[in-house]
Amino acid sequence: MIVAVLFWVFSAVAVVTGWLVFRTDSMVRAAYWLMASFVSVGGILILVGSDFLGLILILMMAGEMTIMAIFMVMFMMNPAGLNPMTMVHQHRTAIVSGAGAFLALAAVGLLAEFPDRPVAAGVDATVELGVELLGESMLVFETAGVALLAVMIGSVALVSKNGRYGPADEGSVEPTLEVEES
Amino acid sequence: MTLEALLVVAAALFGIGLYGALSQQSFVMIMMGLELMINGAILAIVAFWWGSTGGNPEGQLLVVVAMAVMAIEAAIGFALVTNVYRVRKADITEKLRKLKG
Repeated sequence: MIVAVLFWVFSAVAVVTGWLVFRTDSMVRAAYWLMASFVSVGGILILVGSDFLGLILILMMAGEMTIMAIFMVMFMMNPAGLNPMTMVHQHRTAIVSGAGAFLALAAVGLLAEFPDRPVAAGVDATVELGVELLGESMLVFETAGVALLAVMIGSVALVSKNGRYGPADEGSVEPTLEVEES
Repeated sequence: MTLEALLVVAAALFGIGLYGALSQQSFVMIMMGLELMINGAILAIVAFWWGSTGGNPEGQLLVVVAMAVMAIEAAIGFALVTNVYRVRKADITEKLRKLKG
């Protein structure tokens, strides 16, 4: 009973705050609404028994949305939302696409016949995930780690102001081979 | 709490995210739309893991991969926005009409 109530509360909060992300004037507030949406989904994950993933989602998004809020303040106009503002283009296409995607996916969820095999009672999902990550699927896990390392290097290369041979946005110009006489 | 209800909530999150990613002009708001879509996808994966696969641990593994995708999207997105702003002084999509500025 209490699980059902909590589920509907989390679901409502997730969807409403997700909607508010694109309805608020302040971009900082948008970042925190998105965080609220992620925290609610993390709550649902914990309700269905996937405790580890739910907490990881909350932890990750709390950090990421804080960075995003700082980013907003640094770069974007009107971060505080003092003036009403709408910054949208192709609005009607976007509404039709979003509503269409929702209706199509909800129809699949409601109408398709999925096998009814719920998680067995007493299964510790965290233990199973740990064994899976460091056992059968270790290659997938390691590949994700290497991909994240590549992203770290790539993002530093993208944002660095100076390349190896001068300003990064001028392209790399190799130094001449002549040795300067001193 | 049923599989159908979870899937409908996931579909709603995905639909809102798609609306945001298509309609917003600011780069960072577009990234927020993408993240909301991945949020819906994560919820749907967990719903299937919980209600339809008998708790197969590979379902949870797929969520870990989706989270890695989300982190990669955010990191590369921030780096690209920083670079584009530095080089082109652009913070909305309308300011990027040509590949070469």
